[in-house]
Amino acid sequence: MTRLMLILAGLVLALFAGALVIGPANAPYWDSLSALFVDDGTPLTLVMREIRLPRAILALAIGASLGMAGAAMQGYLRNPLADPGLIGVSSSAALGAVIALQTGLAAAYAFGLPLAALVGAVLGVLLVLALAGPRGASITLILAGIVVSALAGALTSLVLNLSPNPFAASEIVFWMMGSLADRSMDHVWLALPLIGLGLALLATLARGLDALTLGEDAAQALGINLTRLRLALVVGTAAVVGASTAVAGTIGFVGLVVPHLLRPFVGARPGALLWASALGGAAMLLAADILVRVVLPTKDLKLGVVTALVGAPLFLHLIYKTRRQMA
Amino acid sequence: MTLLSVSGLTIQRRKRTILRDVSFSVGPGELVGLIGANGAGKTTLMRAVLGLLPAEGDSSLAALPQKARAQQAAWMPQAREVAWPVSVERLISLGRLPHLAAGQAIGAADRAAIDGAIADMGLEPFRHRTATNLSGGELARVLIARTLAQDTPLVLADEPIAGLDPAHQIQTMRLFAGLAQAGRSAIVSIHDLGLAARHCTRLILLGEGRLVADGAPGDVLTPDNLTDHFNITAHFARSEAGLIFQPLDVVGMD
Repeated sequence: MTRLMLILAGLVLALFAGALVIGPANAPYWDSLSALFVDDGTPLTLVMREIRLPRAILALAIGASLGMAGAAMQGYLRNPLADPGLIGVSSSAALGAVIALQTGLAAAYAFGLPLAALVGAVLGVLLVLALAGPRGASITLILAGIVVSALAGALTSLVLNLSPNPFAASEIVFWMMGSLADRSMDHVWLALPLIGLGLALLATLARGLDALTLGEDAAQALGINLTRLRLALVVGTAAVVGASTAVAGTIGFVGLVVPHLLRPFVGARPGALLWASALGGAAMLLAADILVRVVLPTKDLKLGVVTALVGAPLFLHLIYKTRRQMA
Repeated sequence: MTLLSVSGLTIQRRKRTILRDVSFSVGPGELVGLIGANGAGKTTLMRAVLGLLPAEGDSSLAALPQKARAQQAAWMPQAREVAWPVSVERLISLGRLPHLAAGQAIGAADRAAIDGAIADMGLEPFRHRTATNLSGGELARVLIARTLAQDTPLVLADEPIAGLDPAHQIQTMRLFAGLAQAGRSAIVSIHDLGLAARHCTRLILLGEGRLVADGAPGDVLTPDNLTDHFNITAHFARSEAGLIFQPLDVVGMD
């Protein structure tokens, strides 16, 4: 258990360092790292501090967000196929961003896009909470999430449909694929407080999620306040996923695959899976973002495309494993 | 001293009254069998008593704050849900959650309660097995052990012996009777009237949306009650081996 944490933490650290030293500037690894800490007056310091560092921090934070939110959602719904997008936050954040791109808000103000995405996420989560009702049952949350996702998806399509400007439309499509390219420290400062708050909130769920292994009735009788648990889950997920989507677009499969992959290593305990998935998600996104830069450095390969390309076969493998166990 | 007092409990769901004006109290050392035909409201009553369902009237348990309630009463629902492939030992250790402060790890007292519950239910060979791979009866025993590990003065169990083999049915009822002898109490809903008659110190019969009878097994399982509320006739005898109850025939069902 602690060994797993050490292995994962070591992996994240190594990949974080890798994300810092690998890139098109092609400087020697050691020079890159020293340029990060000591301003030597060369452009390398600028590259390290203004380009690679924010990108690596965002990959780490967003990966951790998606991993932990996925583990929390799966634990709460007691379903290994649940994913943080289920409550409609990522689609409503995407809708906000798409509207910003379409109206020119994104071009007019530097932070027009991420702020519009955050507004979308907040509206989406308020709608989900209102639809799901006051009691703590999970089924109403799923239904409310599906409604909000579908609505946000339909409105996004509508914006694309009515877009008179083909450039805006293609920009929207590319943005929705998810990327960390050209993000600045300002993006980090915008996303990090929300992500920190959300992760702290999600981390409090460990015990309640463990108790939910026995079902909602038994968990309540074990002293777990399901109404409060669901509220913390929804608000925490909305904070991390909303902030992530706002600065990086929609990145799929991390929240679905990582908890699934790590579950056997924590004895299937949903509480322990939270931190393991946060580390695992960070590692996966850092690795994917390195891959983006190494495989097709000139083509601006999108991060969300890579996570889906890596995630889908991984998931396929897990399905085969499950099938073998059931046979 | 009473462990539970319920007075004037009325439960409505979807504008239908399930139970009206139910009152009873449970003291230490009782094994209360909750009996009644399908749909009589046994599960509903237990959930309302625990505060899991909104109800009018008073239940001393439902009035407690959630954490205090979890230290006072353990609940084994009828649905034998285990969502994740956790080990038997981990599953049973969930019963200790109400006794742990925030961030507190499992200590020596918790470990003793867990080991005790595993020994009581004869689960030592299963300790490291995966709970989701067990048979229905084995899983039921694991979930009973989870309830015992909670180490509460009162245990409420919804059909705990359904699906168990005869030996484990008798063993489980003896175990609950043992709890009662040790000064704790249990309320179990049960369909096997023979086992209920032999092992429970007291029976509560639900029917027609109310509490019909409450008393010693011999006083509750009267021919009239059996015909009116279970549509059966039965043979009932006192022998040196204890009460013997055998349902014989169906009456008045058309």
